[in-house]
Amino acid sequence: MPDIDFEFIVIHLPHYGRALLLTLALGLGAILGSLLVGLPGSLILHFRAPVLRRVVAAYVEFSRNTPLLAQLFFLYFGLPAVGIKWSGFTCALTGLTFLGGGYMIEALRAGIEAVGRPQIESALSIGLSRPQIARLVVLPQALASAVPALAANCIFLLKETSVVGIIAVADLMHLTQGLIGLYYKTTESLLLLVAGYVILIVPVSLLFSRLEKAVRRAEFG
Amino acid sequence: MTTTANAPVLIDAACVTKFYDTRKALDNVSLAIHAKEVVVILGPSGCGKSTFLRCLNGLETVQAGSIRFHGRDLARPGTDWRPVRQRIGMVFQSYELFPHLSVRDNLLLGPVHVQKRPRAEALRQAEGLLERVGLADRLDSFPRQLSGGQKQRIAIVRALSMNPEVMLFDEVTAALDPEMVREVLDVILGLARNGMTMVIVTHEMGFARAVADRIVFMDEGRICETNTPVKFFTAPDTDRAKRFLSRFLY
Amino acid sequence: MLHALELLWQNAPLLLDGLWATLGIAAAATFFSIIGGALLGMMRASWNNAIVQAAARAYLELFRVIPILVWLFVFFFAVPAASSLDISGTLAAVTVFSLWGASEMSDIVRGALKTIPQAQYDAGRAIGLSGAQLHLRVILPQAVRRMLPGAINLVTRIIKTTSLVVIVGVVDVVKRSQQIIERTKEPFVLYAFLLLLFFALCHPLSRLSRRLEKRFN
Repeated sequence: MPDIDFEFIVIHLPHYGRALLLTLALGLGAILGSLLVGLPGSLILHFRAPVLRRVVAAYVEFSRNTPLLAQLFFLYFGLPAVGIKWSGFTCALTGLTFLGGGYMIEALRAGIEAVGRPQIESALSIGLSRPQIARLVVLPQALASAVPALAANCIFLLKETSVVGIIAVADLMHLTQGLIGLYYKTTESLLLLVAGYVILIVPVSLLFSRLEKAVRRAEFG
Repeated sequence: MTTTANAPVLIDAACVTKFYDTRKALDNVSLAIHAKEVVVILGPSGCGKSTFLRCLNGLETVQAGSIRFHGRDLARPGTDWRPVRQRIGMVFQSYELFPHLSVRDNLLLGPVHVQKRPRAEALRQAEGLLERVGLADRLDSFPRQLSGGQKQRIAIVRALSMNPEVMLFDEVTAALDPEMVREVLDVILGLARNGMTMVIVTHEMGFARAVADRIVFMDEGRICETNTPVKFFTAPDTDRAKRFLSRFLY
Repeated sequence: MLHALELLWQNAPLLLDGLWATLGIAAAATFFSIIGGALLGMMRASWNNAIVQAAARAYLELFRVIPILVWLFVFFFAVPAASSLDISGTLAAVTVFSLWGASEMSDIVRGALKTIPQAQYDAGRAIGLSGAQLHLRVILPQAVRRMLPGAINLVTRIIKTTSLVVIVGVVDVVKRSQQIIERTKEPFVLYAFLLLLFFALCHPLSRLSRRLEKRFN
């Protein structure tokens, strides 16, 4: 083990703080965006809306079967060649949302499908209308059973933010790569990097496992 | 039970025919249900008895025939089932209480959201009905905290709290542990005594005999025999019914 | 369109060379993931020792909390700095992807073993099977069917993850594309090609995984 240069760590702590905030903003933005894509998308798939269903299904397949790295390179370097220019941050947010949207659609759709046909028939038999059934019977149960998958997707997206450094977004990875190149303080930079992700993910992960437990208790006793 | 043959016809199903793809699930089924009558439909599994019941609640579409209820033919496409379902209650084999709602909210869902009745009044009624099925103390429980028998009694109350004119029971004891069957059947028997019109699909032969005004025996999508309970269980008219009944004897 | 195809055709040897590198890393990582995951999964399912279970959980948490790219950096930069071992990008990638893949695979294996009801073990014992026979003839055949969808899905994730190796200097299909872009200034065509290439690799596997899952349910 080489000696750790604590002075280096202290000097660069503020940089890591800023990069952490940026990574967090990106991750939360992507989670929000992908949920906004996911809800209508899953409803379109569930209700088999004509034409739209095919578009959504194709999107889900594409977003889930291509790496974020290739998506980002295409958005950031590919599209400007045909006249579409974006900032790195916009690109990163778009790419992460594009990726996460596909995963969220699947998670929510599976949640909706977990509510069985008999539940819907039982709701029909007391005269509830379709919109009432969706709002009062299906959605609460669907969201509850989708919580574990949604939580996994959120953590997945937070971790995937690590890739955006490749398109010059000043996130934790980008900063680390830069510092290693500049000062050759490999151990210190990587320590700060790992610490950054632990600070980012662990609270979220704990929060979600709390939520999952609460939901499970509410649903199944 | 009471004689009901002269009472007015409430539901009049005539020549109801239903296909699943090419398989005929219901073949020219005609059955008139009189007010205050208790009709029990018996038959081997897959004979179409549950399918017929589901047709009466609009959960299956029929390809031919008519189902007349208050002067309207429900078998026609485009029927608005929502008002009909408020007058024809249904109870399912697997209870299908809403797991995310308390007993109270399960019972109020229909009266408040569908019938737009005042909450306080609906709650009073629900409490009264719970009392009658012996579950007055379960208002704040969740379905997961109840036994199967309790869940099914709540499901019956949920249907009753819409003040229906007819109740449909689809094998409501089939999923229950044996020791819980009785408590559910007692509730249905109580309803029969109070003059509720009911169509019951069941495999409980003793119960069928005790509760029915009329037994309808179905096989292969058709009604084979209609009879009084006494005659059906002692000397059925058809060989098919005889064979069916012999399977329940040791 | 024609121009794009011509461009790709002319550079096909370079792209193919990169594709082999990508697939080689993915294949090696898959191989080690399955072996490591099977061992770890069986251990987690049946070795009820508190220390073993805690160690396994800690191992899984390391990969659940920290992104793979971070691990790639750690192995590529920190291990050589700390130990004077010279680790190539390829070796770092195969190591990290295998360790991560094994943790994921162990979850799949453990999950599949847990779904086999106790009654199956009892029934096997009741007809006199030995422990090994029981596992080989009764439990594993059922469990493997349940593992397949998840395992195939994991392969697609490994393939997608392999795209990260370009960041630690491996000359994979992404790097080759970038080299061609340097020369031809055609980023749109080549990056679109990359997207389609990864899609063509992963999509059939995803479909297979979904079909198997439907069939087994």
